[in-house]
Amino acid sequence: MKELSLNILDIAMNSVRAGAKNVGIKIDETDKSLVFTVSDDGKGMSEEFLKRASDPFCTTRTTRNVGMGLPLLKLAAQQTGGDTEIKSISEDDDRVNHGTVIKAFFYKNTVDFTPLGDIVSTLVTLIQGSPDIHWTFNHKKGGGDVSLDTNALKNVLGDVPLDTPDVLVWIKEYLTEQYDSLPG
Amino acid sequence: MKSLAELAAIREKMQSKVILREGSGDIRVVVGMATCGIAAGARPVLNRFVEEVSAAGLSDKVTVTQTGCIGICEYEPVVEVFEAGKDKVTYVKMTPEKVSEVVEKHLKGGSVVSDYVIKG
Repeated sequence: MKELSLNILDIAMNSVRAGAKNVGIKIDETDKSLVFTVSDDGKGMSEEFLKRASDPFCTTRTTRNVGMGLPLLKLAAQQTGGDTEIKSISEDDDRVNHGTVIKAFFYKNTVDFTPLGDIVSTLVTLIQGSPDIHWTFNHKKGGGDVSLDTNALKNVLGDVPLDTPDVLVWIKEYLTEQYDSLPG
Repeated sequence: MKSLAELAAIREKMQSKVILREGSGDIRVVVGMATCGIAAGARPVLNRFVEEVSAAGLSDKVTVTQTGCIGICEYEPVVEVFEAGKDKVTYVKMTPEKVSEVVEKHLKGGSVVSDYVIKG
């Protein structure tokens, strides 16, 4: 992937496919490191599946037998000296508190660090594809932060769906303005 | 700064249109957004479709949606166009520039851009 924001899009798509109702994306960034977490309340993975989840030959897809999302993320993190961590509780094991948390840690001061890239497009893409999911986003950087909670938008919008083109444009500009006003 | 008041204004504007949107959408544009698609550049392709369909005033007629892997990963980004009563059109190796052409010629003008369609 050319941008970490594309890995984030790819990982969050797994949450969508897992039937999550709530998905949270968090990024904590300093001069030296970037950590992102994608957490969802989807159906989760069994312990046995979890062990194989970073294996490129492990997949739930039916079109072919290779799933590359998590292995690509793990590789991107490890080549900077960082790593990934996956925690998951399957709905078969816990009917109430199921879901998955994927955490990826990157060191920035290395040539192998892939820049975050266009995270705003990633968020707009996710909301466009799954407007009924409750999305939360927070990116801490340089003492400031950028955040979004789609429930707050829904409270204002009422029946008007989040994937209405005008609303998507508003979300894009809303996030871009927050990024432009970050310190540093 | 963007404010929630602007969202409320969008709501006012849209509420009269919501009923109209439902049940229409004669054309469905589907963008493959699995790992293969994303890695090949599907995100800007999808977003260009969303923006241009809206800018061209086609939102009542055209719905843009996402799907998983279509099964021809080497041709990603792949976009399928479904229209009632017509054969499915599969555009391959799409770019934002090609999207603009497809919106103009196919979605608006009704003629398939055969240069970008997968050859049998």
